[in-house]
Amino acid sequence: MVNPIDKLTPFQIDALRELGNIGAGNTATALAQFLEREIHMEVPAARILPLEEVPQIMGVEERRVGCVLLRILGEAPGKMVFLIEEECLRRLLTLVFGEEPDDLEGELERSALQEIANILSGSFLNSINKMTGLSCVQSLPNYAMDMAEAILSSIAAYQGQFGDHVLFLETSFSEGDNQIFSKFFLIPEPGSLEQILEAIGAESDEQDNSGPNG
Amino acid sequence: MSKIIPVRMGELKIDKKPQKLGCNGLGSCIGLIIYDEFRKIGGLAHIILPTGRKNGNNEQKPGKYADLAIPHLIEELGSAGAHPRRLWAKMAGGAHMFSLESDNDISRIGERNIEAVREILKQYKIPVKAMDVGGKSGRTIVFYLSSGELKIKTFQKGEKTL
Repeated sequence: MVNPIDKLTPFQIDALRELGNIGAGNTATALAQFLEREIHMEVPAARILPLEEVPQIMGVEERRVGCVLLRILGEAPGKMVFLIEEECLRRLLTLVFGEEPDDLEGELERSALQEIANILSGSFLNSINKMTGLSCVQSLPNYAMDMAEAILSSIAAYQGQFGDHVLFLETSFSEGDNQIFSKFFLIPEPGSLEQILEAIGAESDEQDNSGPNG
Repeated sequence: MSKIIPVRMGELKIDKKPQKLGCNGLGSCIGLIIYDEFRKIGGLAHIILPTGRKNGNNEQKPGKYADLAIPHLIEELGSAGAHPRRLWAKMAGGAHMFSLESDNDISRIGERNIEAVREILKQYKIPVKAMDVGGKSGRTIVFYLSSGELKIKTFQKGEKTL
C-alpha cells in the first residue's frame, strides 16, 4: 500500500501548516479572554504526521498527561485532541484558579481542563471554518488522564485507518514568566483532508502539474 | 540485566529466556503473550483491532489484528521449537480510556478486542492462564521469558505481577 503521506506535496504540507499556525494564533486570543490575562503564544512546531507516529509523540518515557478529545462534525469531520503534561497542567490550572490545585483529577480541575480545551478547539475550528468556508462544529469534550501512549494509541486504533495524516501543533502559552506547553492534534477522517485542501485552493491535481520544478 | 525488547503497536515478537518483551502504554490495545513454559519460548503481540480478515487485509504487520496475530504467533512459536500442546496465554489491556457517552464505538474497541482474543484462543485450545483486562487505565507490561511472569504497571494502581 502507498502511504498517503507521500502523496502530499510540499506545497500542501506548507498550506496545512499555515492553517494550523493561524488557527493556533486565534486560540491565544480566546485563552487570554478566558483567563483575563495577557497571553503570548508560540507554535514551535507545526507538522503533518502519519497517524501511526502519534502514540510515540511524547517519547518512550512513561508520561502522565491530561487529554481532551473532541469530535468535529460537519463538512470535514474528524477529531481534535488537546494534550498537556502533568506539570504544565498544574501551571495552567494555577493560572485558572489563582492557587495550585491539590488534585489534578478533581471534579473542578477536570471540568476546567475540558472547558479550556473546548475554548481552544472552538476558536481553532472557527478559524478553519473562516479560512476554508467549510462548516464544522465540535462535540462535547471528553476527558482522560493517564499514560500518553495509552491514550493516543486508543484514539489511533479507533481511527483505524493507518496511513492517514494528522496535523500536529506544539504550542507554548506564556503569561509573564510562566510557560505552558501543550500539544494539539487535528485528525481528519478519510476524505476530510482533501476537502480542506480543496477549500484553500491546494488540491492535488494543480500541484501535480507544477510539481517537477518544486 | 537484559534490556526489555519493545513490541510496538501492531508488532509481534518471539524470543526465549532470558529475554524480556514489553509493551508501553497499552490503552484499548491488547498485549497478548503465548508461552511454552518448558522450553521458555514465548511471543508477544501488540494487538490493535479484533479483525483484519473481513477487510481482506494483507497487512505487513501481523500483530495488528487479533484474528491474524494469534495463528501467526502459534506458527512462529512452533517453528522456534515450542510444543503446541504446552502453550498457554496471558493477556493485558483492552481498557476504555475515554468515557464518551455520545460515541459508543470508541469506548467499545477495548471490549471488542478482549472478546475477540479470548474467542480465538479458545478456537486454538490455548488456555488463558492469567489476565488483567478492561477498566479505565493504561498499562505498561513486561513479560519475563525466564519465569513466565507478567508485570503490569498502571498509574492508578501501581505494579502487579501475574
